[in-house]
Amino acid sequence: MKEYQLSHLKALETEAIHIIREVAAEFRNPVMLYSIGKDSSVMVRLAEKAFYPGKVPFPLMHIDSKWKFREMIEFRDAYAAKYHWNLIVEYNKEAYEAGVGPFTHGSRVHTDLMKTQALLMALKKHGFDAAFGGARRDEEKSRAKERIFSFRNEFQQWDPKNQRPELWDIYNTRIHEGESIRVFPLSNWTELDVWQYIRHERIPIVPLYFAKERPVVEVNGNLIMVDDDRMPEELRRRAQMRKVRFRTLGCYPLTGAVESEADTIEKIIEEMMTTTRSERTTRVIDFDQEGSMEQKKREGYF
Amino acid sequence: MARNIEEFLAQDERKDLLRFLTAGSVDDGKSTLIGRLLYDSKKLYEDQLDALERDSKRCGNAGDHIDYALLCDGLKAEREQGITIDVAYRYFATNRRKFIIADTPGHEQYTRNMITGGSTANLAIILVDARTGVITQTRRHSYLVSLLGIRHIVLAVNKMDLVDYDESRFLEIVGAYKRWIASQQLDIPDLVCIPLSALEGDNVVERSARMPWYEGPSLLHFLEQVPIEQDINLHDFRFPVQYVLRPDADFRGYSGKIASGIVRRGDRVVALPSGHTSRIARIVTYDGDLEEAFAPQSVTFTLEDEIDLSRGEMLVHPDNLPHVGHRFRAMMVWMDEQPLDRSKAFYLKQTTRTTRAHLTAVHHRVEINAGEQVEADGMKLNEIALVSLVADSPLIYDSYRANRQTGAFILIDPVTNFTSAVGMITEPEAERTAEASQGIVIDLAACGIAPEHDGAIAEFCRALRREAGIDIRCIRK
Repeated sequence: MKEYQLSHLKALETEAIHIIREVAAEFRNPVMLYSIGKDSSVMVRLAEKAFYPGKVPFPLMHIDSKWKFREMIEFRDAYAAKYHWNLIVEYNKEAYEAGVGPFTHGSRVHTDLMKTQALLMALKKHGFDAAFGGARRDEEKSRAKERIFSFRNEFQQWDPKNQRPELWDIYNTRIHEGESIRVFPLSNWTELDVWQYIRHERIPIVPLYFAKERPVVEVNGNLIMVDDDRMPEELRRRAQMRKVRFRTLGCYPLTGAVESEADTIEKIIEEMMTTTRSERTTRVIDFDQEGSMEQKKREGYF
Repeated sequence: MARNIEEFLAQDERKDLLRFLTAGSVDDGKSTLIGRLLYDSKKLYEDQLDALERDSKRCGNAGDHIDYALLCDGLKAEREQGITIDVAYRYFATNRRKFIIADTPGHEQYTRNMITGGSTANLAIILVDARTGVITQTRRHSYLVSLLGIRHIVLAVNKMDLVDYDESRFLEIVGAYKRWIASQQLDIPDLVCIPLSALEGDNVVERSARMPWYEGPSLLHFLEQVPIEQDINLHDFRFPVQYVLRPDADFRGYSGKIASGIVRRGDRVVALPSGHTSRIARIVTYDGDLEEAFAPQSVTFTLEDEIDLSRGEMLVHPDNLPHVGHRFRAMMVWMDEQPLDRSKAFYLKQTTRTTRAHLTAVHHRVEINAGEQVEADGMKLNEIALVSLVADSPLIYDSYRANRQTGAFILIDPVTNFTSAVGMITEPEAERTAEASQGIVIDLAACGIAPEHDGAIAEFCRALRREAGIDIRCIRK
């Protein structure tokens, strides 16, 4: 007797492919937001699977805060070229030219201008009516309640109290002009699922996820890597070489490293199974204020 | 060490996935139970506990204990109210299975969220407080679970610590519950009743020594063991075309998720509603072609013949056909603050098909609390009714009871775009000949009717269509 039952990874994969195809079929101008992180890498692979042997019928867009790790940008450009992605890169030009950055303006102002506002401007500029994001429900409490197809009003805002009911796998994709939907194909994936999938599918990821000797400075309990000389000199002077890796990737001054020996995916998974810190703790922005992610999401942040 | 992690991963990849719903009243300790499952299955990271301790000092209400409920209540507003107000999804795993919990509210006005959380669930845990027993909420939740076609129910009799772990109290509650299910003729193929204390951890993960009279499994043990492979319909092959893939002139593929059943390369298939037949030439996936595919795999088919087939249509086996038609009956749950307006032409989405649809009748409303059918001619938020609908273009469907994938639909308000209602098809209704022939067409000029009456006649035709389902189109040649 043959077994007609999918493993959990295959069940998550088939669900995500169905979601991605549904967006391609029902929206006029969708885009996949690509953050260069491991979840994005999984999401892009799922899109490639969804339309194989054809090409992914929508562009990828990276919102560049101009403070990403250099290795992230190198990785992005190499893979965009290798896999012939239709890649759009956008940033907040005005704020960038005004010199906005985390060291001078703090994480809240930087995140708002270089991430949230940059995203909103880019979505508006291109007239995208649906945007895929790689967020998972297990990352953060407010995300646990968000629908897979998450409605945004004309101001790109999320209203957690008035979400559309979402049943079975029948997604309501109807919107008026100016409104949009954020779509999260990885909603039901956990961090462990993502790592297992990366391992199983041999998906390339940014080398920063693997442990290596890197120059880091301790800032408010976070290990911040010296990635360029925009870091104030008094901090840079304190830098030490430590064997570290990153559990999430973002703007280098806002992303803490963890000391680790894990230099393979298997070791990362093993470390994760036995470690005691969940991944978003290394993201400084979540701790700005109580319920800060919910607030940011209401304002339009992914 | 490396060998261990390899073994772990090899084993872990083969785990299956169980989705379950938790339902209970505000005070049943539902969030505490979920917190306990997460905590005791050792999947809570230390810093989530750190954050918990921070939050507990501010708004915890469990005294000096860890407030497990805070793990589940995410949004600011509900922390202030002290109740869960929406569906929250939680994830945990054991050595045997991975779990997705849909944590849904017990409060009456949020029935729509419970329906949302339950639609994809294999199993439902219905919590009752051992002190109060089966109450109105319990009945409401059980009815909804049965309506949604969830096959496995756990009646979790919580707070046994507050009734001195008394067996007779447990048996009394279980007896009352089973009598009620029988009286309502609810369709619940698999019911298990477990006495527990979420707060003290009795029978949650381990069998409790404080209830030696209970010989069944602990809750977690049951969740790990319950067989779910029968929950997917593998008999009736249904493939709603989701996306037509045409990367170049040589390849024409039909992509989608198999809604039910199994299909093999070379199988003869019929496209609905067109009726064209062909054979499956290839089952294409990124990871290589397959010899056979089954629900719920996402695949791409190519066919041996070029037939006209597009999104919203369906491939099936010729000897196992679904219903195809405009008219059907359904159990519908109203999800919108705005009550039903029967003059509206809603959008109806079922599988990958969207069409306009009208309600032609509300037969009766189900008063769950009393277990009665009551007369009704409208619907409002959280009401459930048996209705008749007519769709502008034919649906390809099965009854929900036979097929949860092809028997379900949502109704979208054409003005607000909100998901106003969700439905589960019960049976087909007789088609009217007017629709079978794509509607009657009358030339007004030929009837000698002056053009100034056109507006009134069009209005009359709309009313006929709405009230009687008779489809007449008036034209002027």
